[in-house]
Amino acid sequence: MSITPEQMEILPGAAEGSMVINMGPQHPSTHGVLRLVVELDGETIVDVVPHIGYLHTGIEKTCEYEQYQKCIPLVERMDYLSAMNNSLAFVLSVEKLLDIEVPPRGVWMRMIFSELQRIASHLVWLGTHALDIGAMTPFFYCFRERERILDMFEQLSGVRMFPSWIQVGGWRADMPEGLLEKIAKFVEEFPAKVDDYEGLLTENPIWVERTRNIGIITADECIALGINGPILRGSGYAFDLRKANPYLYYDQVEFDIPTGTVGDVYDRFLVRVEEMRQAARIIKQCIERIPEGPVSSDDRKVVPPPREELDNSMESLIHHFKLWTEGFRPPEGEAYVPIEGPKGEIGYYVVSDGGNRPWRVKTRPPCFMNLQALPLMSRGHMVADIVAIIGSIDIVLGEIDR
Amino acid sequence: MSETTAQEMPERPEVTRIRERFPEAVREVVTFRGDTWIVLNKEYLPDVCRFLRDEPELSYRFLSDIVGIDQLGRREPRFEIVYNLYSFRTFTRLFLKVCVNEGEAVPSVTGIYPGANFPEREVYDMFGIVFEGHPDLRRILMPDDWVGHPLRKDFPLGGEEVVFDRGTLGPSVAEVQTPHPGESFFGKTGLSSRE
Repeated sequence: MSITPEQMEILPGAAEGSMVINMGPQHPSTHGVLRLVVELDGETIVDVVPHIGYLHTGIEKTCEYEQYQKCIPLVERMDYLSAMNNSLAFVLSVEKLLDIEVPPRGVWMRMIFSELQRIASHLVWLGTHALDIGAMTPFFYCFRERERILDMFEQLSGVRMFPSWIQVGGWRADMPEGLLEKIAKFVEEFPAKVDDYEGLLTENPIWVERTRNIGIITADECIALGINGPILRGSGYAFDLRKANPYLYYDQVEFDIPTGTVGDVYDRFLVRVEEMRQAARIIKQCIERIPEGPVSSDDRKVVPPPREELDNSMESLIHHFKLWTEGFRPPEGEAYVPIEGPKGEIGYYVVSDGGNRPWRVKTRPPCFMNLQALPLMSRGHMVADIVAIIGSIDIVLGEIDR
Repeated sequence: MSETTAQEMPERPEVTRIRERFPEAVREVVTFRGDTWIVLNKEYLPDVCRFLRDEPELSYRFLSDIVGIDQLGRREPRFEIVYNLYSFRTFTRLFLKVCVNEGEAVPSVTGIYPGANFPEREVYDMFGIVFEGHPDLRRILMPDDWVGHPLRKDFPLGGEEVVFDRGTLGPSVAEVQTPHPGESFFGKTGLSSRE
């Protein structure tokens, strides 16, 4: 079959005799609106060119017009499956600009919720990844547990997906009564649930057949392409920002970095499943060690005063009014604090001009960088494998397109 | 920027090594809250990157991100491009910065860091900065026929014409925009830091 001029147009480099097909942007396995132009020789993939931008909403531009604390709901909508991790990364950068400290209870709480969010994100990944390949049961199992995590977010903030409960200097408010016990019960029960997922998949011959030796990438290729996180770990390189450059109190808790050996879809699956167990382990230690006390800094120039102070303190009322109308002004400078997100390194490069709105906010989007590996991983495999490979990269288009 | 100059703190070994190897390359070294930025003359950028990557004791093998900044009205030259490098040997981060004016091109680092492909395309798309030697410099997030570069400071927020069915044009964002609550407050106190 020779290629037509229209096909030439969508993939100019395609070879004579190959077939060029368009996959997406409305394809159920692309997890959003990803368009792929695939060049095929028979059923074998010769090349893949990803086309992105269908979900571009200009969040970075919008952030330049909003006060710092009003950027938090915006950045949470980038990676909509791990909202808390996005707002945490943004807030850490702004706190570095401001040079303020969060009290210990606030920091432990941030660790608890960032790990809960990691579990929630991995659960969606596992459910949809398995569904793409044809295993339907894990999807229901994973969403059952994710629902419990979202219920906890709702109990904390009243919102399930995008809590926006982290604020610069700490948290909007402490956890309500009983939530910590609920989380403790969840992490106690969760490892057994992970065993259930593994029982369905890990030794399932169909699953192994579909994922073993598919989409192999070496650690050196990952590093050259700017990929870290579970993909790099799946290729056998034990790197985790929580260990390498500990932020929050990650240097005070014990956890392991799971790694793969081959760097295929199956290894990435094993790494993420193990990461869920490790996240539960971290949360357990956090709950043991979390002290009583305030969750937010008492710097009234940055953190709004508690509601009860407004009734009897004129100064608090003024601070409250100034913060919610005008905001705070970090000193001129640039800051970048990366964190280990569920998909890799998330960080916000925040540039301040000394005003109350950021001059520039730039995400370091893990999925955007990870997507660059797709052509490399797909070449030489069957067209059906591309679905497994996309699933194993764990892309969220909201973050890629921003 | 209110950043302190490097003299007050001991200079990072990377900076010393670059100064020794490329005496002409370093324009300025900035430190702020423990991070280091090296402002480079842009023609030295690929050489410095290759040196940082290949020198065994530095080993900055990981390009984390490329950030474009439009400093319109704040600083000259107008555009700054920040290369966020990470070393797997020392577990440290180093920021390289090049500054260009409108219409100037920057040498691409895709030959050194293949992962620079998408980020350079994004900077080109959002700021219109051309990367010389990039294998496939096309728009990445905006439509291919888009006019302008959205993250430039002189590009307005909103105001695009929205095409409705039957080919008619709907109201533009500018027409339906209401003043931002914070904006009006600014006007009253006269504290606005920007025009």
